[in-house]
Amino acid sequence: MKLLRDLLDKQKPLFQKGGKLENLYYLYEAGETFMFSPNHTTSPKGAQIKDAIDLKRMMITVVIAMIPCLIFGIYNTGAMHFLATGDANATFGDKFLLGATLVLPIVLVSYTAGGLVEVVFAVIRKHPINEGFLVTGMLIPLIVPATIPLWQVAVATIFAVVIAKEVFGGTGMNILNVAMTARAFLYFAYPAQISGDTVWTYVGENAVDGFSGATALSVVYQAGQSGENAVAELSQHNAGIMDGMFSFVNMFMGYIPGSIGETSTLMCLIGAAILLFTGVASWKIILSAFGGAYLMGVVMNLLSVNEYMALPSHYHLVMGGLAFGIVFMATDPVSASQTETGKWIYGLLIGALTIIIRVTNPAYPEGIMLAVLFMNVFAPLIDYYVVQANKKRRLQRATV
Amino acid sequence: MSKLVKLKKGFDIRLAGKAEMEVHDFQPVKTFAIKPTDFIGMQRPKVLVKEGDTVKAGTPLLFDKKMDKVQFVAPVSGEIVEIKRGEKRKLLEIKILADSVIEFESFQKYTPSQIQEASRDTLIDHMTACGVWPQIIQRPFGVIANPSDTPKSIFISGFDTHPLAPDYEILLKGQQEAFKVGIQVVKKLTSGKVYLGLPADKAASSAYDNIEGVEINKFSGPHPAGNVGVQIHHVDPIAKGDVIWTINPYGVVQIGKLFLNGAYDASKIIAITGSEAKKACYTQTYLGACVDSFVAGNIKSTNVRAITGNALTGQKINLDGYLSYYDHQLTLLPEGDYYEFLGWMKPTSDKLSYHKALGLFSFLYPKKEFVLDTNTRGEPRAFVSTGVFESVTPMDIYPVYLMKAIMAEDYDDMEELGIYEVIEEDLALCEFVDVSKHPVQELVRKGIELIQYS
Repeated sequence: MKLLRDLLDKQKPLFQKGGKLENLYYLYEAGETFMFSPNHTTSPKGAQIKDAIDLKRMMITVVIAMIPCLIFGIYNTGAMHFLATGDANATFGDKFLLGATLVLPIVLVSYTAGGLVEVVFAVIRKHPINEGFLVTGMLIPLIVPATIPLWQVAVATIFAVVIAKEVFGGTGMNILNVAMTARAFLYFAYPAQISGDTVWTYVGENAVDGFSGATALSVVYQAGQSGENAVAELSQHNAGIMDGMFSFVNMFMGYIPGSIGETSTLMCLIGAAILLFTGVASWKIILSAFGGAYLMGVVMNLLSVNEYMALPSHYHLVMGGLAFGIVFMATDPVSASQTETGKWIYGLLIGALTIIIRVTNPAYPEGIMLAVLFMNVFAPLIDYYVVQANKKRRLQRATV
Repeated sequence: MSKLVKLKKGFDIRLAGKAEMEVHDFQPVKTFAIKPTDFIGMQRPKVLVKEGDTVKAGTPLLFDKKMDKVQFVAPVSGEIVEIKRGEKRKLLEIKILADSVIEFESFQKYTPSQIQEASRDTLIDHMTACGVWPQIIQRPFGVIANPSDTPKSIFISGFDTHPLAPDYEILLKGQQEAFKVGIQVVKKLTSGKVYLGLPADKAASSAYDNIEGVEINKFSGPHPAGNVGVQIHHVDPIAKGDVIWTINPYGVVQIGKLFLNGAYDASKIIAITGSEAKKACYTQTYLGACVDSFVAGNIKSTNVRAITGNALTGQKINLDGYLSYYDHQLTLLPEGDYYEFLGWMKPTSDKLSYHKALGLFSFLYPKKEFVLDTNTRGEPRAFVSTGVFESVTPMDIYPVYLMKAIMAEDYDDMEELGIYEVIEEDLALCEFVDVSKHPVQELVRKGIELIQYS
């Protein structure tokens, strides 16, 4: 380590004020502080000791929490391919390897494109490189289908990092969740590659007869249109290829088509457990969002105008990206509501809105993306009223 | 009407190096100093002595032209050896080389019945002239009380929950009578009540036994339960326009001694604490002592930071610096000026953390006493984490919103969000737990000054 430290110290004058590469100081600084936590000491006045946590550690905790989703996503991408091509002989290794060749390039492109934007902004705006991108760079690959063209990943990442984050001043200042913005960008700019029935599974050339790549949400939507029983439709779907693909248990486990990281509710819950145990995510948001979704599902059941509305409420919790969105997107501490009371309201409305969008809006089969973005915008308003209430309590005591 | 306040929010910072319960004698302290920088809000100090003058304990050294009634007096008798000034001739220290036997200025003595009969103004004049007045602090703002105000109540916190805080049982040993007289005086200063906050979880100092004329409230829970600001918030909150005074129990004792003995007695027991102290213990000295006698031969390594006060709200001083006016504690901690390879992700159970993020295992050791150094453990960033500040602030206040209002210099918001209810120490824990390493205490003072001088 001494060697590495010496090397860094030797280069340091180059990047400091007056050095040849002065402009790239923050690039150097990012590398340096990645390898060595700095030797700064506390100021003479104020707290003389500090907690062992820093933003880097907090962010890496979120990345770790996403690893189960990523690994399962890689496996499932391969598994869905061999299911679609009817190759029953494919081993676990085959599936995983194919998944990896499809998914890892997306991760790489997302990190590279976003990282470049971060560096450019850090150098121009002269601020440290934001660790927040560690999380965003991993989130984006997990919420797109495995078949997405890589250039679209790059464009969406750059768009999201610039428009959703850097223009506001970087991590901590943004209003919208950056990864969700990337997905919304893709959804509205290139809908052909991120919606419909064919994009979710990498089929290759020879799909087996009768395979449908539709997601559970689209199956249920069709059922609603045609007036068939939704649960029956789900259980019959792809029956010739895989028994009970859209059974409740299988959807919970996640062996279904969908965006790379979102399919397995179980993996999302493992991620949630990590986030909640480490205290990085708010349990209030997660609990109230799931609760909001379930309650809205029940309300739909009561109205029950069509078959989609009659879908048992607990099915909603395992379909689509609801779990992933709630666990990893809604809890983003920057764009979420910041007051404890506000978090209850914020989560509840995300859950409820998701179901409303799913069930009643024909244009958008999935609602979590828009629900999160919509509530991101509303979070400051919720907080405003919570904080106003606090101010009022204080004002009531005043004598002048 | 005494009440029990159960506080859940907060965090006890468990450090190694707690003072043993014994009073140890070090080499006698040679010099003592009064530092005008200890008195927040002192604007135009006027020095009354010259280098070479001899003074007695209780001789006025300086006063603030803004509040000329209040005298700041010498803690010991001896010779003025240095009047140290900094940039722009800012007054930093008045150093006194102490006599081996302390001589006292003689002031008028009062019997309890004389105190009872004396008018409030007489008492105040006596206190301001004889040097004990700076012990009385005003809320809001945490500055020395203005003698022309009448506070709606007076608060005394009878215990300290800061890291390695000294035990008041030792600090106030044998001062029961002085404390009683002090309370009698203090009671006459307010139109309302005098509140004494005591710990609910452990025994309070015996100096408070059989005390009369005060309302006792008990507080349970982690730090900052012992902070007087937190106690005020739960008993008699400050609103805009209110004035409350606070006094440390030591200040009450000093006031009591002045009336009892007719002398300005600045003797005090202080705690020498911290992981770098070979012998962490208590010692008898006077206010404003130079720490060199306590440090010499008593530190484990050379790279040590001496802190007057505690590790959370204290101030760095040189190894031959002086304890601050209001401090009863010297903390010796290792300096943290080193690089650490992959320090941001290395699993550790040696560094204390309020958080449980990846690799921070200190929560597995709820009894362990930690050796913490002064490393910042990361760099400053924008606010990201939410809810953490609130969870260590046992008050109905939103610290992050308050911080942001201060940063934006939004006066209305600061007022409405409760700037009147806090001083640095009340939000010091936020500074400790902050993921983004904001200088919270500095910000709080900035906000207070904006409001105070607006």
